[in-house]
Amino acid sequence: MSTPQSPMPQAAPTWQTAPGSAYPSYTSPIPVVRTHLGHALASEWTKIRSVRSTMWTLGVFVLLVLGMGLGAGALVANSSSNVSSLNPLSLGFFGLLFGGICIITLGVLTTSSEYGTGMIRTTMTACPSRGRVLVAKAIVFFLVAFVVTLVTASLVAFAQVAMVHGAPEPSGGEWLKATLGVSLYVALLGLLSLVVGSIVRHSAGAITIMIGAVLAPMVVALFMFSESLAKVRQALLEYSIPNQLSVFYSNSLTSSGPSGWDPLWIALGVTAAAFTGAYLLLEKRDV
Amino acid sequence: MIELEGLTKRYGEKLAVNNLTFTVRPGLITGFLGPNGAGKSTTMRMVLGLDHPTRGDVRIDGRHYDRLKDPLKYVGALLDAKAVHGGRTALNHLLCLAQSNGIARSRVHEVLDTVGLTSVARKKTKGFSLGMGQRLGIAAALLGDPRILMFDEPVNGLDPEGIHWIRTLMKSLAAQGRTVFVSSHLMSEMALTADHLVVIGQGRLLADTSMAEFIRQNARSYVRIRTPQREQLLDVLHEAGVTVVESGSGALEVDGDKAELIGELAARHRIVLHELSTQQASLEEAFMQLTAQVVEYHAHTDTLVDTWSRQVPRREWGADWKKGS
Repeated sequence: MSTPQSPMPQAAPTWQTAPGSAYPSYTSPIPVVRTHLGHALASEWTKIRSVRSTMWTLGVFVLLVLGMGLGAGALVANSSSNVSSLNPLSLGFFGLLFGGICIITLGVLTTSSEYGTGMIRTTMTACPSRGRVLVAKAIVFFLVAFVVTLVTASLVAFAQVAMVHGAPEPSGGEWLKATLGVSLYVALLGLLSLVVGSIVRHSAGAITIMIGAVLAPMVVALFMFSESLAKVRQALLEYSIPNQLSVFYSNSLTSSGPSGWDPLWIALGVTAAAFTGAYLLLEKRDV
Repeated sequence: MIELEGLTKRYGEKLAVNNLTFTVRPGLITGFLGPNGAGKSTTMRMVLGLDHPTRGDVRIDGRHYDRLKDPLKYVGALLDAKAVHGGRTALNHLLCLAQSNGIARSRVHEVLDTVGLTSVARKKTKGFSLGMGQRLGIAAALLGDPRILMFDEPVNGLDPEGIHWIRTLMKSLAAQGRTVFVSSHLMSEMALTADHLVVIGQGRLLADTSMAEFIRQNARSYVRIRTPQREQLLDVLHEAGVTVVESGSGALEVDGDKAELIGELAARHRIVLHELSTQQASLEEAFMQLTAQVVEYHAHTDTLVDTWSRQVPRREWGADWKKGS
């Protein structure tokens, strides 16, 4: 128990003391590797695929998109109404709107669950470059969300076009928007949720904020009866997330407001701004 | 080697860590001791770059933690054994940590074997007992075969077998030339494992000495006396210039190794003694005495010196803290 060491003076340490000089030092046989983003990506991929919440949220997402999309297709196909002016791709809208909630939830959980469990301290100890952790999470999540959405949305789109007879054949641009466009948009919405999760650090809080952001503008607009608020009401409707999502199916609820690929650029701008904020906060705050 | 210089952390009004300067050396187990809330965990979080210091600096072999290119191979830390995602299996938990530092998958199986969790490697960690969780945390700390190891209260909640295992493990790690920095609020535990001791209270450095030196300086001995002729003995001792304190159970206590002197005085004055014994205060008591000083300084400075040193260890820990600062 006793040591040969004499009581130590409480003097300031000198940084110049070379590592291990005068003291025994341990050298590991494990080769030293300079860590980089690739390592963080591999780690985050293991994390996202090894928890059940990923399977649950994505499973429910696929079920919602397929179920609601095919259900809408079947309803229209069996109805006697005239479909000559209908874009069959637009039948996928409701599935993706509700399915989007699952992607939002997964996005939030990717960051906030680490704060809930305390895992974040382990993560940041293993990778002290906090920005790298956030970037790796963002990339891995975005790719997962995008690929899953693209596959599901494309499946539904093909099925719907095949089911609804008599409707005009969608153009190439319409195809692109209803598959690639919505997938990028939904995945970006998920990425924004991931960023909000990192800022708020609380799963339930961040999910509530994101669902509120999706639904509130539209609900609020519905109750703005006053004439003086007409313009605000219009803007809320036009830029509400459900309406922006419907722009990809060229069946916007309004005639003005965002059109074409605009919603994607808006989402990109908002997400980039939020990401920058989350990055700065992450560097500044204690874990 | 971990070097702290003037390390300070303030949370609002409260100084959690106050101007800490000390060095944790390789090849030894350095015990980091302090009552609950003394700032041990905050200090460890600052070493790992998780919390930013308000003032001061902490370096690992001369570098800041976030400048380490291969952090897990440099420092392995067990801060909070529950800081895992309960839905992930032990294997995947360790795997994602290994991957983040480019450590081979085979090493994950090695450390699982070292801590004895191989049979539950594919079980979700939320089903783990306290001891299993602690072992998983230690496996994570050992993953990179690091030269510095930090354990925050590693024996908390462990059964005797687990405690023994951790003690042996820490000793063997230090014997290999690694730096082992382990926090605890139990002096008795430190006395069995640590070679060097850093004691803090209310965020301030109270002692930074070798274990042997701490024992020599702080273990107080006193003489306990029981007598039916209490008043007579008090008079005699008073005349002889011996300070006596009454302990709670009706016995008298005299500081220092004065059993012979008191026995002779009693014999000369024909006083009957029922007990005359030299008592060695435990290290636990010495530690509490040390940390209590900081507390007492703030609380009531006018209290008689030799009464408080006797009373403090019997009092509930931290009872004066709220009044204190």
